[in-house]
Amino acid sequence: MNWTKTLRVASVFIVIFVALLLSLPLKEKINLGLDLQGGSHIILECVDTPNAPVDNDAVNRALEIIRNRIDQLGVSEPLIQRQGLRRILVQLPGVEDPENAAEIIGKTALLEFKNEDGETQLTGAHLINAKASFDQFSRSIVLIEFDKIGAKEFGEATKNNVGKILSITLDGKEITHPRVEEPILNGKAEITGSFTVDSAKQLALLLRSGALPVKVEILENRSVGPTLGRDSITKGIRAGIAGLIIILIFMLIYYKGFGLIADFALVVCMILIVGALAGLKATLTLPGIAGIILTIGMAVDANILIFERIKEELKLEKTFRASIDAGFNKAFSSIFDANFTTLIAAIALFYFGSGPIKGFAVTLSIGILASMFTAIVVTKIVLELVTNKFSSKALL
Amino acid sequence: MDLFRDKNFNFIKNRKIAYTISAVIILVGLISFIFHGFNFGIDFIGGTLLQLKFDKSVSTAEIRKILGEFNLSQSTIQKLSENEFVIRTENIDSEKRKEILSVLKEKLANPEVLRMEAVGPVIGEDLKRLSLYALFFAFIGIILYVTLRFEFKFSIVSILALLHDCLIVLGIFSLLRKEITIQVVAAILTIIGYSVNNTIIILDRLRENIKFKTRDIFENLINLSINQTLTRTIFTTLTTIFPILTLYFFGGIILSDFALALLLGMVAGTYSSIFISSPLLIEWNKIFKVHQKGLKINQKKKVNF
Repeated sequence: MNWTKTLRVASVFIVIFVALLLSLPLKEKINLGLDLQGGSHIILECVDTPNAPVDNDAVNRALEIIRNRIDQLGVSEPLIQRQGLRRILVQLPGVEDPENAAEIIGKTALLEFKNEDGETQLTGAHLINAKASFDQFSRSIVLIEFDKIGAKEFGEATKNNVGKILSITLDGKEITHPRVEEPILNGKAEITGSFTVDSAKQLALLLRSGALPVKVEILENRSVGPTLGRDSITKGIRAGIAGLIIILIFMLIYYKGFGLIADFALVVCMILIVGALAGLKATLTLPGIAGIILTIGMAVDANILIFERIKEELKLEKTFRASIDAGFNKAFSSIFDANFTTLIAAIALFYFGSGPIKGFAVTLSIGILASMFTAIVVTKIVLELVTNKFSSKALL
Repeated sequence: MDLFRDKNFNFIKNRKIAYTISAVIILVGLISFIFHGFNFGIDFIGGTLLQLKFDKSVSTAEIRKILGEFNLSQSTIQKLSENEFVIRTENIDSEKRKEILSVLKEKLANPEVLRMEAVGPVIGEDLKRLSLYALFFAFIGIILYVTLRFEFKFSIVSILALLHDCLIVLGIFSLLRKEITIQVVAAILTIIGYSVNNTIIILDRLRENIKFKTRDIFENLINLSINQTLTRTIFTTLTTIFPILTLYFFGGIILSDFALALLLGMVAGTYSSIFISSPLLIEWNKIFKVHQKGLKINQKKKVNF
């Protein structure tokens, strides 16, 4: 074996080694999409109301308040991102109760104190704290505390309404309507109502994080529970392995020794795809798994093209070595053209697709590139290594 | 072992049969489309999807009865197993969802929400627009590429073959009342990329044959090119279809329609590559009275196809 040959073989092994290094252990190195690990994908839109038209600043403040609320929910690694003029994208991996999370995120949470005539006396804008607690009858309540300005306003409001009802509303819905016994000047109050422990906690959280400056609507909410996510991974892997085994056997039966080489290239291709996914920190989604499975079938295409071409060259009574070279050379333009068009479609999908579908475009693109490398480079190197020990009969 | 070795099928002579078969399938799909259109999924028209797993077995009728209490009896309910269902309704808000779940729990069995998708009509419109953009740019990209690499008429027949494949898949989806989801769009894009791939390989061979076998007439060159690449075309399709089948059977409900669209597209794509796209070149030459290089030399040999 000469030096260039050794070098080429070594470079293939280095590539495989690096891919393995990048991707192992799989559990830590591969980012799973929300559809596989469970979680919520929510798109909110700020909408105009007569009192609160949407402007750039309002959207940014709304985003900060939403971030605040999510932090308090204790979701690890949430993604909160502004999209365009009015939209906010929220991704909550592994969130326990998606329905509840969406509700907390989307609620305006405007707290108002209203007198008997329905006039707003003050709002929750000057709250500095809110927490869930219990009163002497162990009913759930929410304790609130105003800052200096708020305390003054609250003092005024209670002073003006002694002996009257001062109702407390949230987003226009009445929570409770206590009668004011005497002015409250220390800026502390308790909200009683028909709370459960959870709803008191939720209200406290909303009040602490503040009211959204504008109304937001949930345009889209896609949530996957962790059970289904795990189930999808299992099913995806099962389908992939079944597909892989069928292809490996098919190639082995039909192309024998050459099939074995194609099989080796296919396995290398799979390793490279996973390595590239990990290296690029791409997110693996369920359609992404489908993309990899599809690549299994497409990857051997290049090898089939090459082998069929070699067979034709052999028929022209060329030597084995010359047939291999001609086979690779003549098949190359076909392989390149064919893969390039699939790549065009994958790129279009990447640009215009959303969420999980992007994952399909990513794995498909990576798969196409990896399969071209393995089918052309890896197969050729292995073939050259074994040409001497191999007879062309193995192929025909 | 060589399945199609030295076979010489006359694809050109029988091309009218192939055209007819394709036309009939496309026409049936078109009629289905005219009469009941597409069954767009919630991705495109908005709506709510709930995939629920109950803690004991329940029936579709029982679920439908409870949905009826919420004026949602028109919803589709897909049974996955004794206790697992996918329910698709119009767009309902979080409060109503909670109510439905609590009534289900009270009257039937405790449901675990495996998946919930609520898509507003605005997002649906957005996705429709983006999907059309994606399809449009993929088509344009492929036309440009094939035109640059080959000739314009090659790219026209490739695109016709692509349209043929897409129409067949969409027609069958309309006929089977299958949902058109964002995944189906992804599948169609993949088919576009893949089907042109098969066509290109034949055209690539044709180009090579035109260059080296100038003594032969054009029709024969096309036939030769299809036959020469036949083993490859069929094997590649098979090796791609195997994994798609495993995806269809083992990949779970979420991917099954995706796999189905891919499967139909692969079959249609392979069929059109062999029987439709290259033979269409002859039609092109006839219509535009082009005398292909090979044809010109052999004009004296009168051969009727």
